[in-house]
Amino acid sequence: MAVETSARALSLKTKGGFSSGKTLRERMWAARWCYFFMVPSLLLTVAFTLYPTVMSWYFSLLDWSGFSSDRDWAGLANYREVIQDDLFWNAYLRSFLFTIVGAPIKIGLALIVALILNDASLRFSSFYRTLFFLPVVTSSAIIGIMMTFIFSPLDGPVNMVLLQLGLLDRPVDFIGDPDTALWTVVAVYIWKWFGVTMIYWLAALQVVPQDLYEAARLDGAGRWHMHRTITLPLIVPFALVIVLITVVSALNIFGLVQTMTGGGPYFATEVMELYIYRNAFGAGEIPRLGYASAAAVVFGVTVLIISLVQGLGLKKANAARAQMKSQ
Amino acid sequence: MGQRATPIASTIKGPGSLSSGASGPWKRKRFRPRTLITHLILLPICFLWIYPFLWMVSAGLKTEREIYSGLALIPETWRWENFQRAWVVARIGEYFVNTVIITLGSIAIVLVSVSLMGYVLGRYQFPGKRLVVSVFAVTIFLPEGYTIIPIVQLLQSLHLTNSLAGVTLAQSGGAHVVMVLLFAGYFAQLPKELEEAAVIDGASFLRVFWEIMLPLAKPVVATTIILQFMSSWNAFLQPLVLTLSRPELRTLAVGMYAFRGEYSTDWSGMAAAATISLAPVIITFLFLQRYFIEGIAGSVKQ
Repeated sequence: MAVETSARALSLKTKGGFSSGKTLRERMWAARWCYFFMVPSLLLTVAFTLYPTVMSWYFSLLDWSGFSSDRDWAGLANYREVIQDDLFWNAYLRSFLFTIVGAPIKIGLALIVALILNDASLRFSSFYRTLFFLPVVTSSAIIGIMMTFIFSPLDGPVNMVLLQLGLLDRPVDFIGDPDTALWTVVAVYIWKWFGVTMIYWLAALQVVPQDLYEAARLDGAGRWHMHRTITLPLIVPFALVIVLITVVSALNIFGLVQTMTGGGPYFATEVMELYIYRNAFGAGEIPRLGYASAAAVVFGVTVLIISLVQGLGLKKANAARAQMKSQ
Repeated sequence: MGQRATPIASTIKGPGSLSSGASGPWKRKRFRPRTLITHLILLPICFLWIYPFLWMVSAGLKTEREIYSGLALIPETWRWENFQRAWVVARIGEYFVNTVIITLGSIAIVLVSVSLMGYVLGRYQFPGKRLVVSVFAVTIFLPEGYTIIPIVQLLQSLHLTNSLAGVTLAQSGGAHVVMVLLFAGYFAQLPKELEEAAVIDGASFLRVFWEIMLPLAKPVVATTIILQFMSSWNAFLQPLVLTLSRPELRTLAVGMYAFRGEYSTDWSGMAAAATISLAPVIITFLFLQRYFIEGIAGSVKQ
């Protein structure tokens, strides 16, 4: 959707026309200021988005420890090694597991809270919104460190409360136990980024006119019935965008996981970004930039395919919707 | 905090602004028991939601023994020396300054590049525009965060690793599609008489932008500043990798991570350091939440 919007917003009938009549060169000369204005942004995009993407393909073919002198051509050897490494596949699958579990819970819970807060008769809804949004503005690295205390088995508040309520008879090492560590991180991830998804939903709910609710209420419709028949059909197109954004962002969790668990215990929480980091910059290991790049490429391509498929689905859905409207 | 009850966000009613809570004709007229139940459910949830922050501030003011011994949030005596220790021993003061420099620098770079790009794309038609737009469209689908190795190598060849300038530049990098779109959309809807009059008066392209257009785009400028502030202040991977061999250049997030590695038992010192690190962004958010929320909503609204 974002792509299409950009196309739409950007082709809005423009005030300064540099594209009519004259030869191409004249038109380009007339638009010289436009090109000049684009330089900083294009430089930043090329240097920090396009160039790195292309270069990771090249690096993945090298045997390289980070000092420019000892770059050796390795061909596809890195890729062969990557696909034979169990830890790679563990991290690869764990990243998707993290997304498949974390994203739907976050999207669903955020929708419920957004529906509650969107009710015009609820007072102080923006006060609640502020509190739910608060964790979003904070640094994930610091949240990760803070959570190691909150969930600590040595008198951390979570264990203390659960013990006092009698729900546990001895402290649980949420972060140190391989069985619970990943799910604790998922829970913190949901908490940390919940507010963003909630704001997305609240923005989407703006398309639903409040008087529709009022009319339904006068007809005696219940809250659940109202949302199923009025709200959900209207926000479906937004749902697709929200899922797309959430899925991609669930793969960007380095700060939180690195500080909370460091990938441990016994690699139980090592997601893809941590795997790449460990191989490229990790302490106590010889840096293997070529190998880490190969892992990054394999994963990056997977993510790219997933977002493209989602993007295409989105386009189709929008087209179908437009057709329905015109009929 | 004064605006809590009459939220800033609900006072703006532009198209698509999140004016929840302030509209609806029947508001405040009827008392419905169900709203009371909603409040009774929401309040405890919200308390638990922000409890980790309350715990952190309180732990920063307690002694070690007191942290371990109970759940009470109010300390027996307020131990401000924890903050002093964090500021000096954990070098949080230095890291704070580094973070401020990097954040301000990247805000300046991003604001300039994004507003110029948004202005051109939103208001002008020129040869090659389609190409630029499609490059930006492609970057949406490029996974970020897997490009750290080439970025480090690029900064190395520019001799910018292990310097604040390098971290600042890396923080400013990228296409910033959402911000460009916000600017483009905003500039596109301004009437064209604005610059026509100025051009007749002999104003240059640059002056039209700088003296007429940009001042009109203040809301988008504010949103951009906020979004970039949030991302630079909280960044972790890039500053971590780029300052590996220069501890004195660490940012707050990286510094906290290192502090934990060295003094893993000093809970109160770390809680105090975390409080110092998070306070600026939380306070800014509470005062300017409208811009935070508008910025976040901007990416789905179109």
